[in-house]
Amino acid sequence: MISNSSVPRSLVLAGAFFTAFTLGAAAQQPAAPPAAGAAPAAAPLPPGSPLIGRPAGEAAAKLAPIAPPPIAAAPDKLPTAKLKVPAGFNIEVYAAGMANARSLAVGDKGTVFVGSRLIDKVYAIVNKDGKREVKVLVSGLYRPNGLAFKDGTLYIAELSKISKIEKVEDNLDNPPKPVVIFDKLPKDEAHGWKFIGIGPDNKLYVPVGQPGNNVLHDDEHGLIRRMNLDGSNPEVIARGVRNTVGFDWHPETKQLYFTDNGRDWMSEDVPEDELNRVTKVGEHFGAPYCLQGNIVDPEFGWGKSCSEFTAPVGLLGPHSASLGIRFYTGSMFPKAYKSVAIIARHGSWNKSKKVGGDLVVAKFNKDGTMKSLEPFLTGFVEDNKYIGRPVDVLQMKDGSLLVSDDWNGAVYRITYGKQKVAEKK
Amino acid sequence: MRNIITALTLALIPTSVSAEPIEQRIAPCLACHGENGQSQTENTPSLGGQQAPYALIQIFMFREKLRVFEPMNEMAKPLTDDDLRLFSDFIAKMPKPAPPAEAGDPARMQLGRALVQQHRCDTCHNPDLSGKENVPRIANQREDYLAKTLAEYKNNSRHGYDASMADVMAPVTPEQITDLAYFIARIR
Repeated sequence: MISNSSVPRSLVLAGAFFTAFTLGAAAQQPAAPPAAGAAPAAAPLPPGSPLIGRPAGEAAAKLAPIAPPPIAAAPDKLPTAKLKVPAGFNIEVYAAGMANARSLAVGDKGTVFVGSRLIDKVYAIVNKDGKREVKVLVSGLYRPNGLAFKDGTLYIAELSKISKIEKVEDNLDNPPKPVVIFDKLPKDEAHGWKFIGIGPDNKLYVPVGQPGNNVLHDDEHGLIRRMNLDGSNPEVIARGVRNTVGFDWHPETKQLYFTDNGRDWMSEDVPEDELNRVTKVGEHFGAPYCLQGNIVDPEFGWGKSCSEFTAPVGLLGPHSASLGIRFYTGSMFPKAYKSVAIIARHGSWNKSKKVGGDLVVAKFNKDGTMKSLEPFLTGFVEDNKYIGRPVDVLQMKDGSLLVSDDWNGAVYRITYGKQKVAEKK
Repeated sequence: MRNIITALTLALIPTSVSAEPIEQRIAPCLACHGENGQSQTENTPSLGGQQAPYALIQIFMFREKLRVFEPMNEMAKPLTDDDLRLFSDFIAKMPKPAPPAEAGDPARMQLGRALVQQHRCDTCHNPDLSGKENVPRIANQREDYLAKTLAEYKNNSRHGYDASMADVMAPVTPEQITDLAYFIARIR
């Protein structure tokens, strides 16, 4: 599934070019004849349709976005025993019972906050006298996927607004209503849910996705903005972003790395999801004109060249839905994990054989480009079906790593070394 | 004495509720949604043969007020998670709705079929529009309910569980919604 990592990059790219060329040629063949009695050939799809490029045929007709169950799995029904981590690592359930658990943030006092996308809640996993307890922190929000924490304040990103709760850890039982700090955002459902983060520059980073599968979007979409923590002075720092649902800053270079999900329905194998790096304000990362740095889009790429855009520093697998990414800076994991990026791949829907549904480790060359991609946490796919789907990762103070799973509504913890709670099992 | 009676009553309530067979518990639902899976009530969907995961998501959304329709929000309020599974599994096993007796105007049917292909409804809902998993059966659903629902997805007054339908409906015109509903209600 990630065998590409061992192949020289130039070879991988050549392969992608070839595939793209073959595809282009195939597209010029007459379409399969319609079944007897069927209506005349369908008119071209309008720009913005998520199904643009969907080929005829039975295999493609089996693919549809996969929605997780709305009810969190009971702790004894979680797939923990089936999950695999490298030798020396352990995985356990950190907390369960949080339907659609998505993005993670941790407070100064160790409270873990968990957002959701398909329901209306932000949860708090509270440590009290050595016991962990899940509370609903806020309800009645609209797709509160994104969370960030800084100096006592929790920032929450709903579909089209950002709000904050100050001194949240002092008021976990009765938190004040979130106060809106920024709401000049489009209200599109498609790719409207947000990941947010606070950079080393102490600014809040807020993306806006492309409003559809493959869309010639306006200036208010397909971007990442940063702003002051009170919502003032918003500034677009990246364009050509299809849909990023995870980013982090390199611990040494302080550069922003973000995952970006590639378009659907072009083929099973391309384009791949991207790992991008922002090196200067205002960079354009290609969407919707150039895909994965080396394929001009069949619809919007006419007259464009990929050399006009910033290429990704790494490719993360076709349709793999690469979401959360965090650089590892802790001391618990072995030295080889210093400054690697741990990436949660939610897993594909637009592909016959599933890709992703795992955590991978990206290692980097000296120039900051991706050197390799290796599996880290696997076992979420069984018989080509999901038994869990990782969304976000978060490093705790002690160097352990939390992983959210929106399929089961749970958060797991990965540790390294002898398990102190081994007898529990 | 009164305390004992109260205690007894309280103890009895949950037992009696869960002891009631599902056929009895679902009767009030079917009063509007129709016996045998087929609704005779204006703007009220037929439930028969509905995909269980889709049905569960909808009752869940009514319970949590993520989908707002007051009578349904009230009905779903007392349901436990286990109830949601019980009701959705039962609904899925009810007979699927039948198409209307008369076949429909051939020209309009052809128009509708072309639109289903153009907007790729059949990708997710299956070529026979029977649905799969979280994607609902729409074949032979009530025409008025189909038209109403498509319009609500288009203007985002009905928030889907995820963003798929809002995304799909963006380029669909109101006239096309009428044609789609006509065809989907009558598909054979």
